[in-house]
Amino acid sequence: MIRIENLTKYYGKSCAVDRIGFEIKKGEILGLLGPNGAGKTTTMRILTCYLRPTSGNITVKDFNIYDNPVEIKKLIGYLPESAPLYPDMLVYDYLRFVAGLREIEKSAVDLRIRELAGMCGINEVMHRPVSELSKGYKQRVGLAHAMMGDPEILVLDEPTSGLDPNQIVEIREIIKRIGKEKTVILSTHILSEAEATCDRIVIINNGRIVADGSTDELKREAGSDYVIHVSLMQGNFDDIKGYFRAIPEVTGATLANSEKGVTDFHLSCSGTKDVRPAIYEIIKNNNWPLLEFHRETRTLENIFRDLTREG
Amino acid sequence: MTGAVNIFKKEFRGYFITPVAYIVISIFLVLTGWFFFSTFFLYGQADMRSFFSLLPLIFSFIIPAVTMRLFSEEFNTGSYELLFTMPVSGLDIITGKFTAAVAFVAVMVAPTFFYGIVISFIGDVDWGPVAGGYMGAILLGAAFSAIGLFASSLTRNQIIAFITGMSLCFVLTLIDKMLFFLPEGALNVFQYLGADFHFQNISRGIIDSRDILYFLSVCFVMLYGTSLVIQEKT
Repeated sequence: MIRIENLTKYYGKSCAVDRIGFEIKKGEILGLLGPNGAGKTTTMRILTCYLRPTSGNITVKDFNIYDNPVEIKKLIGYLPESAPLYPDMLVYDYLRFVAGLREIEKSAVDLRIRELAGMCGINEVMHRPVSELSKGYKQRVGLAHAMMGDPEILVLDEPTSGLDPNQIVEIREIIKRIGKEKTVILSTHILSEAEATCDRIVIINNGRIVADGSTDELKREAGSDYVIHVSLMQGNFDDIKGYFRAIPEVTGATLANSEKGVTDFHLSCSGTKDVRPAIYEIIKNNNWPLLEFHRETRTLENIFRDLTREG
Repeated sequence: MTGAVNIFKKEFRGYFITPVAYIVISIFLVLTGWFFFSTFFLYGQADMRSFFSLLPLIFSFIIPAVTMRLFSEEFNTGSYELLFTMPVSGLDIITGKFTAAVAFVAVMVAPTFFYGIVISFIGDVDWGPVAGGYMGAILLGAAFSAIGLFASSLTRNQIIAFITGMSLCFVLTLIDKMLFFLPEGALNVFQYLGADFHFQNISRGIIDSRDILYFLSVCFVMLYGTSLVIQEKT
């Protein structure tokens, strides 16, 4: 559906996107992840033919961004970050304007607007000027704008930024619903969001792709190491440490916090065998009051931090 | 083409959603009305020449005020990103915005036709120069709109757009008067570059293809410049 090849974009001398390349299949929900300034928005802007790349190419179906920008724009619905809509226009007028540009037949316009208003929950703000809308409503109007022409591809730049938790859930629901029929590309720096909505994740850092795959794949690639958190009501960490180091799978023990007789520590473990019964056995035999005990699976957050850390 | 029509409609309506249109039209009518009728009875002639002779100067600062927001505001609010990622070409956007500005100028000038009607009660009006004057006003308005649109595409600050546009229009209007110290041969060349010279020709009721060509070329050059600026921005 979409093929990005060797995409590079320089702003003056600074390189925003550095030889990025990947493909997006039809019907996929792709999450572009990365810290601020990683090149997510730039990539999306080039894809939507708003910016021209310094070099490289993007093809959407059979069209490429140099020769057929208008054809590509017809296929893509785009919601830029913070939805910069015309502040003076009424929501209804704005959507009519968009419908006109999307070449929707006059007789079908009202029906389409009503449909989208229901879907995005903007019925009650239809006759208010955009400048009076709250951020959440603005974002929803932006979403209605993006979906107006019933495009095959939706490009959403941080669709949930600045929304309250309820609105975030709502917008995610909408995206998931749309994603069943359409190809969706969304950028975010909220990892749980990518995990919750996306089929596939591409992590970008400093303009380069550092990881590409489904969340499960990413977790698997990141290795089988894991960490166990233990919190005991027992004073001296040095006394305790030795007991746990005796377990062969435990490769390290580090003190996290020691306060008022409570000792928090992490045990780094490797291998496939579950060491938790062995640890519990030690605690039970010594009769240490156990306050907390859990195994931390490597979350996307850890992977993300590892991949995008400076240096 | 439908893209251009849609943008035209949106921009033209946009003028009347905000109070800008009403303020600009009021200022224009008060100014022209005052300048025209304050001297009208001194001349004792039933024509509108003094009205038209003032028009290039008044247009020079009114029209940049009309056009200053066309691109600057879009750059400033970021709405340009939405506009440009919809299936329209740059040409559609520029055509739509330009024609909307020209249409607005036409609406602004239209009420002054009452002056003509009022004068016709007092004396015999020669309608030829009046018709020519209005035609010239539209051509001049189009040329200045193109200049204003160009100025607006250069910056995201509306005030800078206004001042740039106004300066360009003023220079074009007054170029032959500013260069009075040049020898006559050189002055004639600059006269041909001036908007005022061509406008006064038309408003005398003489419709010369050279004058029309002049205004159309100004429009073309400025709109082409705008499209280059827009391409450069993306």
